Amino acid sequence: MATSSRLDARIPQGSLEDKWKKYKSSVPLVNPANKRNIEVIVVGTGLAGASAAATLAEMGYKVKAFCFQDSPRRAHSIAAQGGINAAKNYQNDGDSVHRLFYDTIKGGDYRSREANVHRLAEVSGNIIDQCVAQGVPFAREYGGLLSNRSFGGVQVQRTFYAAGQTGQQLLLGAYSGLQRQVGMGTIAMYNRHEMLDVVKIDGKCRGIIARNLITGELERHSAHAVLLCTGGYGNVFYLSTNAMGSNVTAAWKAHKRGAFFANPCFTQIHPTCIPVSGEHQSKLTLMSESLRNDGRIWVPKKQNDTRPGNEIPEEERDYYLERRYPAFGNLVPRDIASRAAKERCDAGYGVGSSKLAVFLDFSAAFHRYGQGEANKNNITNASEAQILEWGKAVVKEKYGNLFDMYKQITGEDPYEVPMRIYPAVHYTMGGLWVDYNLMTTVPGLYSLGEANFSDHGANRLGASALMQGLADGYFVIPITVGAYLAGEIRTGKISTDHEAFVQTEKEVKDRIEKLISIKGNTSPELFHRRLGKIMWDKCGMARNEKGLKEAIVEIRALREEFWKDVKVMGKIGDFNPELDKANRVADFIELGELMCIDALTRNESCGGHFREEYQTEEGEALRDDENFMFVSAWEHIATEKWELHKEDLVYDNIKIAQRSYK
Amino acid sequence: MSAGNMRLTLKVWRQSNTDTQGGFENYNLDGVSPDMSFLEMFDILNEQLIEENKEPVAFDHDCREGICGMCSMFINGQPHGPLKGVTTCQLHMRSFQDGDTITVEPWRAAGFPVIKDLVVNRDGFDRIISAGGFVSVNTGNAQDANSLPIAKENADDAFAAAACIGCGACVAACKNASAMLFVSAKISQLALLPQGQAERSIRAEKMVAQMDAEGFGNCTNTHACSAECPKEISFENIARMNREYLGAKVSSKAV
Repeated sequence: MATSSRLDARIPQGSLEDKWKKYKSSVPLVNPANKRNIEVIVVGTGLAGASAAATLAEMGYKVKAFCFQDSPRRAHSIAAQGGINAAKNYQNDGDSVHRLFYDTIKGGDYRSREANVHRLAEVSGNIIDQCVAQGVPFAREYGGLLSNRSFGGVQVQRTFYAAGQTGQQLLLGAYSGLQRQVGMGTIAMYNRHEMLDVVKIDGKCRGIIARNLITGELERHSAHAVLLCTGGYGNVFYLSTNAMGSNVTAAWKAHKRGAFFANPCFTQIHPTCIPVSGEHQSKLTLMSESLRNDGRIWVPKKQNDTRPGNEIPEEERDYYLERRYPAFGNLVPRDIASRAAKERCDAGYGVGSSKLAVFLDFSAAFHRYGQGEANKNNITNASEAQILEWGKAVVKEKYGNLFDMYKQITGEDPYEVPMRIYPAVHYTMGGLWVDYNLMTTVPGLYSLGEANFSDHGANRLGASALMQGLADGYFVIPITVGAYLAGEIRTGKISTDHEAFVQTEKEVKDRIEKLISIKGNTSPELFHRRLGKIMWDKCGMARNEKGLKEAIVEIRALREEFWKDVKVMGKIGDFNPELDKANRVADFIELGELMCIDALTRNESCGGHFREEYQTEEGEALRDDENFMFVSAWEHIATEKWELHKEDLVYDNIKIAQRSYK
Repeated sequence: MSAGNMRLTLKVWRQSNTDTQGGFENYNLDGVSPDMSFLEMFDILNEQLIEENKEPVAFDHDCREGICGMCSMFINGQPHGPLKGVTTCQLHMRSFQDGDTITVEPWRAAGFPVIKDLVVNRDGFDRIISAGGFVSVNTGNAQDANSLPIAKENADDAFAAAACIGCGACVAACKNASAMLFVSAKISQLALLPQGQAERSIRAEKMVAQMDAEGFGNCTNTHACSAECPKEISFENIARMNREYLGAKVSSKAV
């Protein structure tokens, strides 16, 4: 096997520990006077986009930032709950850059790139420094120093957090940096704008076509480089923990203009979400992985047990994660925890009215923390009720907002009865293929954060998405983009009157007009639901050859039906959310097909990609390193036609092993 | 589509754009389940409207888990509806009765012009943050995160203020359309932390000046803002902001 000649990852030479250091000191620079004449477009204002836009503007580049929401502060990074990893080793528990690197590669089931992941681990500590300096109010201990907790797949405490709102606090930090530059006039902010295409001139990315979502007007914006920080594509499943507006459109347009799409089938199903309650459901809500620090997951030992959780005695409970994985217990990685829940429910041990749920139970934690409070206050004769009360107060301080959220959604009080949880689509490890510089296969077009594929392999560890988004935006792209822009100092201002802009805008306009003129019978929402059902049933937590082949046929039929029968109300030159949605659903349908093709091609199980044909006797994912230790990078050729390019994954520093959390 | 059996009458504000006059329209809706969120109920209304070849109601929403701050309905006279400490997207139909008539309006404030139906323009909030809601620290300048201990109490108070989601319910709830709870939450967060000290005075001056320039009203201490705030941001922040602002003005060199 050899890496395709079309894929050059541009990984610097030298030892793993020295690559980034050497690269930084030898990468070409752009002098301050030239930076003022170089324009960079940033699409998306989540952690990756906001941090990149702010930092590039601080450095002197002229930045334009775009988001489809009404404010950059709304990007879906805001909803990340549990925390952000960093190899600070503040807890003196043996953490190090190497250990974070190793955990991430192993957690990704040996399907990510060593050099990128090591760089991520190297800059992780700087992220925490930067955020604290911005006034991000991380949780602290009584001594005034930062507090840490554990996340799945890890045996150290390296996760920094701000109650259950870490993403919110980090994003507001990056957003404040962005708004500061907006105030200084170095960033032009375009909110309620959606990128609808990439403009290429002589093979290079030279700008975008965006739609003003208030007026419906199409706009041309030119730049010397374009950064897509547009998040993941989990909403292809319709139901996911993503925001309603999260979409693949920007990345998909880039893909159709020549950017390869990598590992699209690597999706993360998060084990702890609030179960689906009915057909009306529009999205799923996560219960942070941090809850697995203190909550214990179980199902009844008896099948079809309908008793409420708090009435099932201890000896009749099966703490199946602790049983199967004694070394990591409730803190196994997400893919493993999700599959284990599915296995129990499929075998008839599920709870709740749908039987598609397991318990996440805090009664042991209430007791443990309550006893701790009693000990702290030298109270030896406390009643059980008092102890529970104190324990609940401690848990409330740690996870109060999550408990409240659970209660609002389900109508049940998790302080009294165990939570019911079930896996749900949460994150996509796949994304646009990028090299070490985060550049896609289109020169001048970059992809950062969840939108790219680079760091998490086949499964992302908890609290690593925030780390990657901010690493890419604050510390990686500001350096690596210089390697390209140093060659652009003589380019000068790029005219939006160029034929390529005119032509691309026309194509976008034609498509919008087509969408609105079909006047069929089915709303975009209903098409989206149907796509989601196909994807969840046949390309979800478990996949097999037969199902994937069926899915591809069904999705192709759905696409044809969509373009004949979609019903888009409203006008083009107006604020029209239905039109926005139709545009996004059309792209999701095409992506869904590619995801199934990718899943069908990868004849192994790894991380979040579980092919039922490839499992160990104990039901664990069975990798095939000999034949599949590569990144699948798909080139779009035509409708229903892609070409696969492979990037070999070379592990010089890590010993490949069967992933074990037993 | 749903197993629910609640029947509702919705009285919804419809307005084509900023420059036209709006008005209420009544809609009857059947089959609402108590487990639906308020916005899922609106999804069903919109699907019904599409089926009838009518234009769906435009409303802002995104995360649907109470954190992005994008949803913004004024429900039966209360921003985000009747429950305390929740956003509209977290409000569930079990908070209503079968047969209810529910009135839904956009945020109403001079600083938040209506874009369409229930959608308003909250750009003013971004401009207030741009005026001073930050610590001027360029990427790469930071010292080690643990080099500066912060008393847990201050860190916790700063966090409580920083929990603001910028939805604008405070403005909508206030009879003066004052944005003081929003502005004071950011001023408080940064005034409570050592990182915010260097720009403490200028921040208070500039943010307040921008708040006034945006056309938001003044505070007359009715506390409606914090009573309606989905994140229960404390009214104390306004008192702190007033102290910060006064202190800043006394020694002002700018603004």
